[in-house]
Amino acid sequence: MTEHNAHTESTGGFEPKIMAFVCNWCTYAGADLAGTSRMEYRPNVRIIKLPCTGRIDPLFIIKAFENGADGVLVSGCHPGDCHYTTGNYHARRRWIGFKHLLEFTGIDMRRLHFSWVSASEAIKWVDLINKITDEVKALGPFMEYKGLKEKAAE
Amino acid sequence: MPRIGVFVCQCGNNIAATVDTKKVAEEMKKLPGVVFTCDYKFMCSSPGQEMLKQAIKDNKLDGLIVSACSPHMHEKTFRKAAEAAGLNPYQCEITNIREQCSWVHHDTTKAVGTVKSIDLTRMTIERLKKNRPLKKIKIPVKKRALVIGGGIAGIQAALDIAEGGREVILVEKEPSIGGNMARLSETFPTMDCSQCILTPKMVEAELNENITLLTYSEVEKVDGYIGNFTVQIRRKSKFVDEERCTGCGECIEKCPFKTESAFELGLSKRKVIYTPFPQSVPNVPVIDAPNCPKIQKDKCGACAIVCGPKCIDFKMEDKIVTEEVGAIVVATGYQLMPNERFGEYGYGRIKDVINGMQFERLASSSGPTGGEIRRPSDGKVPKNVVFIQCVGSRDEKKGVSYCSKVCCMYTAKHTMLYKHKVHDGQSYVFYMDIRSGGKRYEEFVRKAIEHDDAMYLRGRVSRVYEKDGKVIVQGADTLSGSQVEIEAEMVVLATAIVSREGADTLAQKLGIGYDKYKFYNEYHPKLRPVETVTAGIFLAGTCMGPMDIPESVAQGSAAASKVLSLFSADEMAREPITAGVNKTTCNACWDCVTACPYSAIERDTVKDRQGNIVKWLARVNEGVCQGCGVCVAACRSKSIDLRGYTDEQVFAAINSF
Ligand SMILES: Cc1cc2nc3c(=O)[nH]c(=O)nc-3n(C[C@H](O)[C@H](O)[C@H](O)COP(=O)(O)OP(=O)(O)OC[C@H]3O[C@@H](n4cnc5c(N)ncnc54)[C@H](O)[C@@H]3O)c2cc1C
Ligand code: SF4
Ligand code: SF4
Ligand code: FES
Repeated sequence: MTEHNAHTESTGGFEPKIMAFVCNWCTYAGADLAGTSRMEYRPNVRIIKLPCTGRIDPLFIIKAFENGADGVLVSGCHPGDCHYTTGNYHARRRWIGFKHLLEFTGIDMRRLHFSWVSASEAIKWVDLINKITDEVKALGPFMEYKGLKEKAAE
Repeated sequence: MPRIGVFVCQCGNNIAATVDTKKVAEEMKKLPGVVFTCDYKFMCSSPGQEMLKQAIKDNKLDGLIVSACSPHMHEKTFRKAAEAAGLNPYQCEITNIREQCSWVHHDTTKAVGTVKSIDLTRMTIERLKKNRPLKKIKIPVKKRALVIGGGIAGIQAALDIAEGGREVILVEKEPSIGGNMARLSETFPTMDCSQCILTPKMVEAELNENITLLTYSEVEKVDGYIGNFTVQIRRKSKFVDEERCTGCGECIEKCPFKTESAFELGLSKRKVIYTPFPQSVPNVPVIDAPNCPKIQKDKCGACAIVCGPKCIDFKMEDKIVTEEVGAIVVATGYQLMPNERFGEYGYGRIKDVINGMQFERLASSSGPTGGEIRRPSDGKVPKNVVFIQCVGSRDEKKGVSYCSKVCCMYTAKHTMLYKHKVHDGQSYVFYMDIRSGGKRYEEFVRKAIEHDDAMYLRGRVSRVYEKDGKVIVQGADTLSGSQVEIEAEMVVLATAIVSREGADTLAQKLGIGYDKYKFYNEYHPKLRPVETVTAGIFLAGTCMGPMDIPESVAQGSAAASKVLSLFSADEMAREPITAGVNKTTCNACWDCVTACPYSAIERDTVKDRQGNIVKWLARVNEGVCQGCGVCVAACRSKSIDLRGYTDEQVFAAINSF
């Protein structure tokens, strides 16, 4: 982690780190399609693949911030298209509750995104990553939660 | 300490052009637990796989990472290779450095692709350290099938499965199998008589020893999973003992009461004890209880008196039977859009406005008019007939957005049937455009126009109304740009094909998906057209959307071949990505039970030696669990986890981010 930060700093300017939690069936496949189509996009994102957005525990997002993420994306199949029929509805419901909580604790909601990207929406994926990266870059590094982890370690 | 190997693939130049694969391998070597790293031109080639196997053995690896293309490409390949080298296949993980790095980050000046590859590989390594060996799940398969719906698609599926040597239970909700095809007169494009090609198949289904016909029956409840379904079927009371009935028909003859025939679509009446049509299979009558005075108020009973084998029982009740099957084929077909929706076409108000299926009955030699085209109002032979296509179809506002696919063809057929029966008659067809894709279909339509003098008018009909005993059809002919008004003697509407009433209720019982029109969803519209997302449940025919007989039959056969291949092994292996409950911490809140989209979680108990319940807890049925992980995120006490995607594994990846 430190290595990566060192790298970005040496290349000058702040390069945000974006963590993306995506489902295996739609968004992961959409990102694959961006690859097979040789689309270019910002290199700041690191994907963690899960079977479904319904598997995503809000704690994953907190942990991601604690571990140095400056922005987090959650993305899966469009409503009605979830491979497991309703997993993404569960995800959305959890997300809404969780969002309020984070908003309440003062996190800028521009650091946190929820989206639907299907297996054929490579362009949407590319646009989304570019947009989030640029937006978070403008916001600057996210320090509050990183602090938390170090405090806990002490 | 783990012994992990990291294999970085160059993918020819696909990865190596923008990612420094050697550097990735070197960096990974520095991580604790990593004992072997290398980069190689083509990991997926056979020399690549051999090298991987050798490295596993030489370095006594207990886990490995292949940093290469998407796991959707070669995860299976590398896991198989790892297994061949004696490793648990789930100790092999893939890092996607092609689709996610080299192919999307082309700028080499900042080495961003290399940096990202290093990050992603490191995350996968940390995740791998938390992997546990997993074993494919073996599920025994019950080699019997259930087919729901006895139209042509269901009959075909049942016959093919039976021919393949497996038992089939064919459930049909009407008193006879046959479905909509039994109503058709002659069939496009060959004009064979529908009954002549259908009846032999119906009889074959009845006589085949491997097929059990359950007519007048409906599925009540479905439990279980692929290979092991338990199905409850309601056998509605026929009030006639099927075993003893000889099908002599005395009872029907003597029954003094009549009511409207649903099979004839209101065009004629039938007795209260009846078979829907003369060729019904099985040839066993049923009593229409709501209309039977004996059952309602103990008056009559004529049928019981004349029945020789004494098989009529007015006290007979519905029975629920339970069947165990390994696979299910759903072939519940279609219906036509209820006609009341087309007020502007006079349907329901004007007697001589009928729909396409009613026309089939008029043209059928076993129909209410013996095959003569006679209009419903006065039994006169109409000297002209106006056919209106796309009634309700391709019109989101008034009906459905899709094309009903067979109406262009059957309307052309109707004009021919009409001309063949009423030589001096004139037919008019209002159409939007003609869709005649299919072998010999276009030629068929041309024949109707050129040979049988059908007058095709391109345009919409705005109104159908009655004036002085005539039916006036007002419409536009957009080709000549004029308004047309035709004094019609009969009007036939090609109403939209829609899903069966209750299609959604059945889908919910089965756990399969449907679209906004309640047509069932295939797993993949192109590549898996007869499967559903629920393993072990297959689809055939018009329950998926409009189609003609050849397509319905092809799908029946396709679904049957899927069933037979499932039945070819005694056990089936499944990916072990399933949820499991921690027995000590589960506090029986049942949040997971309600969250699971597949009802895979059951309420279970732990008992002491005396058999007293000491604890309630959740239990995952591995055969049903599909591995979505919804339950894991739902459990507040962290008592349920998903193999292959455990909290530990995910957190390990996040922590090394
Ligand atoms: C007017 C008209 C003319 C046509 N002419 C032609 C033609 O000439 N040539 C051609 O190729 N195609 C023609 N077609 C299309 C043809 O009718 C269909 O392709 C074919 O009948 C579809 O068969 P199926 O088995 O899918 O459905 P269906 O025939 O609808 O059969 C479904 C069966 O399932 C049963 N069922 C429904 N729900 C349940 C349940 N819950 N439980 C148990 N059983 C249930 C039904 O009672 C029925 O027996 C025509 C269609 C129309 C409307
Ligand atoms: S949600 Fe957790 S605690 Fe509640 S029943 Fe399920 S496994 Fe047990
Ligand atoms: S992983 Fe999904 S399918 Fe399996 S028990 Fe949990 S919620 Fe149900
Ligand atoms: S599988 Fe994509 S959101 Fe559920």
